[in-house]
Amino acid sequence: MARNPKSSPIRVLIAKPGLDGHDRGAKVVARALRDAGFEVIYAGLRQTPEEIVRAALEEDVDLIGLSILSGAHMALFPKVLSLLKKEKAADIPVFAGGIIPDEDARRLKKAGIRAIFGPGTTLEEIVSTAQRLARSAA
Amino acid sequence: MTAAVRLPPAARAIVNGDRRVLARVISQVENGDPSVGRVTRALYPRTGKKPIVGVTGPLGVGKSSVINRLVGRLRDLDQTVGVVAVDPSSPYSGGSVLGDRIRFERRVDDAGVFFRSMASRGEVGGVAAATREVTRLLEAAGFDVILVETVGSGQVDLAVRDLATTSVVVLVPHLGDEVQTLKAGLFEIADVFCVNKADLPGADVARRDLAELVGLGGHRSDWRPRIVATSTTQPAGIEELWTAIEAHERYLDVSGTRRADERRRIAAEIVELVQERVGRQVADRLESEPELRRWVDRVVERTTDPHAVAERLVRAIRPR
Repeated sequence: MARNPKSSPIRVLIAKPGLDGHDRGAKVVARALRDAGFEVIYAGLRQTPEEIVRAALEEDVDLIGLSILSGAHMALFPKVLSLLKKEKAADIPVFAGGIIPDEDARRLKKAGIRAIFGPGTTLEEIVSTAQRLARSAA
Repeated sequence: MTAAVRLPPAARAIVNGDRRVLARVISQVENGDPSVGRVTRALYPRTGKKPIVGVTGPLGVGKSSVINRLVGRLRDLDQTVGVVAVDPSSPYSGGSVLGDRIRFERRVDDAGVFFRSMASRGEVGGVAAATREVTRLLEAAGFDVILVETVGSGQVDLAVRDLATTSVVVLVPHLGDEVQTLKAGLFEIADVFCVNKADLPGADVARRDLAELVGLGGHRSDWRPRIVATSTTQPAGIEELWTAIEAHERYLDVSGTRRADERRRIAAEIVELVQERVGRQVADRLESEPELRRWVDRVVERTTDPHAVAERLVRAIRPR
């Protein structure tokens, strides 16, 4: 859908798949994106891939950010991607953050996760990457 | 309906239950995309029949949780539900965190519910107008009940009255001065009061205070607002809440108030649309037309005043 990124804010879904309760990172990122002018739909903890994809479609987001610290990323991230594909919504870029070993990160990127942020990533980097991803999809 | 044949493709898709198209057209409405007018107009005859329930109240009273429970109740009754949750945008960055989904639980494959978060985006008249259009899209999409959640502060709570057929004001025990100030604001719009967190101490006092206020009268019709105590954690009172909303909807029909209310809302909407257009036109012309620029300069120099210029403009305006 045509979108003028200047006049309408970028809509991003921030969700935590998996069962860990560590949502601090997701909240900090949500606030940083808000302060950069994004509309952040914060879906909160313990979301299943199905719930995440459904929320992304109902909210018509430009971008999805996933945060996970439980170690289940190799199961849950590809599941989100395949559900998006099934819904013909694979054009929505997905980025991720959390504790993700380098080897896993390489494989996830190959699978279609557009950017992966580990500990120590600056908020500026996350914001500018998110802006770039949303623009590239528009 | 034979008119269905002539619907624009996006409108037809919405009527046929395509939720992707619904979601995208909602975005177009939010973004003020002019091309969406064809779709919303085509769908307009399909609106105005279903209950639009506005849920408002101060921050932190549990509006989202009440809505979550209400949706559960309606699904038990086999009613489909469309939800719009409006949160404020930051006046500084224009961004927002829309967190109402956090409270929302439902079976992920339940097509009988649609939940959409909206940011107020701080445009003049923007929230009310866009939210109203979204409720209409949801109705045209076939949902039996539309729920609208807004933060009850400033102008937004009053805007609820301009789009809801039944307004629910959610409160909690120990609001103190909040209840005092109710008389001027939320009190007048409430068709149903929901005293939430009724499991907390003080709920009885809050109910009594409210009942006293309601007893004082001063409502805009002869409907006497109902007071329902709820708890979303137990949960309790949710059936009663829906019963109270239904009772008000029935009252609207029986008393003939529904049509009068709808007239008032539509008249207000037309005024709003005219204001917006004329206002925009005037703003543009004050900047772009040399003569009008000189008028403004004269006001700056105090050789005339804003009222005089406004008067001249009002007389000069010819709708194009």
